Amino acid sequence: MSDAEQQGEEGAGIIKKFMFVNRKAPYGTIYALEGLEVVLISAAFDQDVSLAFVDDGVYQLLKGQQTKGIESKNFSPAYRALEGYDIEKLYVEREALEARGLAEEDLLVDVQVMSSAELAELMAAQDVVIGF
Amino acid sequence: MKFGILVNEGPYTHQASDSAYLFTKAALEKGHEIYRVFFYHDGVNNASKYTEPPQDDRHIVNRWSKLAEQYEVDLVVCVAAALRRGIKDELLAPGFRISGLGQLVEAGIQGDRLVVFGD
Amino acid sequence: MLHIVNKSPYERNALESCLRLAQPGSALLLIEDGVYAATRGNAAEARLKDAMARLKVYALKADLEARGVAGRVMDGIELVDYGGFVDLACGQPNCQSWL
Repeated sequence: MSDAEQQGEEGAGIIKKFMFVNRKAPYGTIYALEGLEVVLISAAFDQDVSLAFVDDGVYQLLKGQQTKGIESKNFSPAYRALEGYDIEKLYVEREALEARGLAEEDLLVDVQVMSSAELAELMAAQDVVIGF
Repeated sequence: MKFGILVNEGPYTHQASDSAYLFTKAALEKGHEIYRVFFYHDGVNNASKYTEPPQDDRHIVNRWSKLAEQYEVDLVVCVAAALRRGIKDELLAPGFRISGLGQLVEAGIQGDRLVVFGD
Repeated sequence: MLHIVNKSPYERNALESCLRLAQPGSALLLIEDGVYAATRGNAAEARLKDAMARLKVYALKADLEARGVAGRVMDGIELVDYGGFVDLACGQPNCQSWL
């Protein structure tokens, strides 16, 4: 049994609502990338996982990221891989998109766009909120 | 209450490690349990035994080590973040151990509250 | 929810985003550089006073004192020590740090 599976077993029975809140743009800092690494690990624990994209966090989901020039890994494809890990609840704050002149079709993955009020209600209902 | 603590920044550059330490100490003094303190991003630098801050200021690394010893607190450094930043087993101060990101998720599951300290 | 904001409103939009997404009945704790938002005459004063109608606002005394602004706190903001911070985390069902 792998480490992750074993830990999943030990926590067996407890299912908590985890929300990972992304508020920072990619590449300028490491928070988006290392935040995603936590999300991927959380998939092994059978928890109720959702991701929220607020403020500059919405930039993480933009299509067309091309990182050859900055010689950094383009990790945006990982957002498309989330579905394969049963992480399908991706919430994007409508106000954040609009304030940045973005639309849902600019994003590289299927998301649920919602108002601040709707997102606030979801956040309040979480057990664990980790902001990146 | 059982607390999980997440420290996202290294010593001195940000106040995160200080705030986390003082919160953790207060919680322990009140009789709460600290399930784990998890160090992520640059927070892994809190585990380096080679820090030499000026003598007239707090020694952040040693403070964590002492707290771990006094109250048996589990101080965990994320292996992936540590490798990125050159923190390895042989560099660890007393009380710290390197382990996987799953330990953070587990702290969220097993704890009553997860408090995050960062930039 | 216990919302924790640790940056000044001049430096980051953390406080602004927090207030936009905090539900009535939440608590807001200002720590580290976030305590500047608790001072009289700062840019966030009006927004914070507004928010106090729906959430309880606290500030960490040690951080105010460190910055020499403990005497400038707005009315209605309760000062707490680290023990009080712990109590706040216990008193709310969950917490979120706005970094």
